[in-house]
Amino acid sequence: MGSAEIVVTVGGLVLCSVIAWFFWFAPKEATRAAALGEVQEVDVVVKGGYTPDVIVVQHSKPVRLNFLRQETSACSETVILGDFGKSAFLPPGQIVSIEFTPEKPGEYDFHCQMNMLRGKLVVE
Amino acid sequence: MPRLEDALRRLPGILSAEVSLGQGEVRVEYVPSLADLALVRRTIEAESGYRTTSAPTELSPDAEREAHAHEYRTLFNRFLFAAIIAIPVLLSSYPQFVPVLRDLPRGTLRLIWFVDALLTLPVLLYSGQRFFVGAWRALEHRAADMNTLIAVGTGAAWIYSVAAISVPRIFPPGTEEPFFDVVAVVIALVLLGQALELRARGRTSEAIKKLIGLQPRTARVIREGREQDIPVEEMLVGDLVLVRPGEKVPVDGIVADGASAVDQSMLTGEPIPVEKHPGDEVIGATINTTGAFRFRATKVGKDTALAQIVRMVQQAQASKAPIQRIADVVSGYFVPAMLIVAVLTFVAWFDFGPQPRLVYALVTAVSVLVIACPCALGLATPISLMVGVGKAAEFGVLIRNGAALQAARDVDTVVLDKTGTITIGKPVLTNVVATGAHDENGVLRLAAAVEKGSEHPLGAAIVQGARERELSIPSAENFVALPGRGVEARVEGRRVALGNRAMLDERQLAPGELEAVATRLADEGKTPMYVVVDERVTGLVAVADAVKPDSVAAIRGLKTLGVQVVMITGDNRRTADAIGHAVGIDRVLAEVLPAEKALQVRRLQAEGRKVAMVGDGINDAPALAQADVGMAIGTGTDVAIEASDITLITGSLRGVVTAIEISRATMHNITQNLFGSFIYNTLGVPIAAGMLYPFVGLLLSPMIAGAAMAASSVTVVTNANRLRGWKPRDVR
Repeated sequence: MGSAEIVVTVGGLVLCSVIAWFFWFAPKEATRAAALGEVQEVDVVVKGGYTPDVIVVQHSKPVRLNFLRQETSACSETVILGDFGKSAFLPPGQIVSIEFTPEKPGEYDFHCQMNMLRGKLVVE
Repeated sequence: MPRLEDALRRLPGILSAEVSLGQGEVRVEYVPSLADLALVRRTIEAESGYRTTSAPTELSPDAEREAHAHEYRTLFNRFLFAAIIAIPVLLSSYPQFVPVLRDLPRGTLRLIWFVDALLTLPVLLYSGQRFFVGAWRALEHRAADMNTLIAVGTGAAWIYSVAAISVPRIFPPGTEEPFFDVVAVVIALVLLGQALELRARGRTSEAIKKLIGLQPRTARVIREGREQDIPVEEMLVGDLVLVRPGEKVPVDGIVADGASAVDQSMLTGEPIPVEKHPGDEVIGATINTTGAFRFRATKVGKDTALAQIVRMVQQAQASKAPIQRIADVVSGYFVPAMLIVAVLTFVAWFDFGPQPRLVYALVTAVSVLVIACPCALGLATPISLMVGVGKAAEFGVLIRNGAALQAARDVDTVVLDKTGTITIGKPVLTNVVATGAHDENGVLRLAAAVEKGSEHPLGAAIVQGARERELSIPSAENFVALPGRGVEARVEGRRVALGNRAMLDERQLAPGELEAVATRLADEGKTPMYVVVDERVTGLVAVADAVKPDSVAAIRGLKTLGVQVVMITGDNRRTADAIGHAVGIDRVLAEVLPAEKALQVRRLQAEGRKVAMVGDGINDAPALAQADVGMAIGTGTDVAIEASDITLITGSLRGVVTAIEISRATMHNITQNLFGSFIYNTLGVPIAAGMLYPFVGLLLSPMIAGAAMAASSVTVVTNANRLRGWKPRDVR
């Protein structure tokens, strides 16, 4: 094995570790929902992902998520909150609100139709 | 929220306002001619921070269509641009096959390649912009998606190519040729795939769009004696609504006067118009045929049957079938895993591959990135579920969620409640037999007179039967109920008794020739009652709960599906067996108390059966909940029956057949899609990585990989769309 092979092999393995760490193991930051009046309201921007993608709310209080899709790619056109039986079509550039009241604490997913864009709703 | 309530009450024309946070509702009583609903809306939004929405749904089919049309144009233009550029780039990449280019000196070729580099730059930046922007945004979320794969793949190919033609010295001999063709062709193919997929996807939500489109916009309401056209959103419970021939029924209600036949096929799938008379229920969005009638609105806004149906279908379409869980887990790790596979492929080819190994390493790594398709995997289940649930709704079958759909596929035993499910649920007079001096009408007249005082449903059937024969029913006095035996009263100076065999025995009367008739009628599942006038048996009347017209056909249909059909009833064994025999059911559970139905379902489950229970949703709620699939027979406008997994709007047993058939068809489609996309990725990725190369010398060009990737997600959506053409096998 020549030096080129060693460099490529070691480089490749390092790159693999970086990929694994970056996408799977690095900690993600959570955004806490702003409690507004009696409704816990969060604005979520949809643009290649959900910003914020971890939303913390309190249980037994109504939650409103205002989705604003800032892209036209059809991938993100539908947002689904399967655990709450909610889904919405998001026309680009329009705010679409989804309202529901999470009764039980726990972690719930929200995602696009293909499950490529994902976000997490943490109910405390 | 007292502040909001106060603010609303101060508005003109508002009588009262009550906020219910749990339901997300404000109930406002108002005087229609005085109140301004737009103002009410604005006030709610300003005071509460809540947003108001229009019933029945926020989803506008037009918005989706417009967004899709716009996106399709964008995709197609970008595809066209990339495709046009791809042609010259492709030709110059294989000069050995092109007559004029073949003979050009190497120096001139290099110049052409520089032109290729410049040509493909706008392909990357314009046509492929979405991949790079998308990949970057995903990266910001510490996520990776399809965009990441395409961006890294085409980006790497372009950068390598530019380096190869700019400083060929640093590359080993034979590796200095560019891959600009890969960049242009892959981007063009993936865009084409997305455009085709988008077009196919628009069709998947057709069913729900059709449902939403059924909602009429205005209603002709009679308020304060005046007819006025108002938007349906402003209709109130209690409004008197006029429906003329050919018009749509705007909301749900009860017919007050007039009569007509109403076409309910759009909601129930039932093709024959249904007769409506005063007291009958009409459903919003159905179409009046030739008569005119007025009805009293009972459900408006989000409570109408149509709004409930739309909501249920949308919720079901957003839900997950349990089978999807595996795809979810896989797609969560898929893209980063593919990036790692691509890196390892590069390393393996570089270390162990043939010369020029750098070229092989790059080509295989790019192929891996391009061929891996998370879209097909992610779309496989939801897209079929969407089409299947929508299709079911077209035939009056409302499936609550993906789990119910999956459970319905596995059903091997269907338990049918007798009363109201197999039968109409309302006894009618079936036979009158007279002996001696009386004729049939005379016997029936007396029997009806006695039963007029009774509250028993069998009695009501006799009275109704006499009325239908237009007999004048005399009045009765001294009415006495004989518990477990019958009833007795004085009619026109005679003592008339009506009852069963036990009553005759008690009075030591012989039924004579009528005994054989009574036995025969009982064997047919009917309830015979002897008529005794002045202590002489003079005839008998029989009533029965008639079997619904299509129950027999539906039960036959279930058997064709290979499902065992079981009838459950509180009736005595003899009647139950008779009805079971008449409709073709072999296994009859008779004399079951209402409270025991759930237990019986559990017993069947203990036999290892997957049980669907079909009942009315109210009395049978525990049994519906116990069953693997609870199917509630719809009762007019009550659609969202809590205990049920599936609601059959028609009230016909054919719905059960349809539900099982569509569930099987949809799950079959989902399985095909999941299987297909798993196979595609598990075969495609290793082949692209060159695993077959050592054995058969097979290597995929990244362009073939791009075509395969584009085809895979289009295939999944197209396959799901095949369900749109689904029809119940037994369609009338």
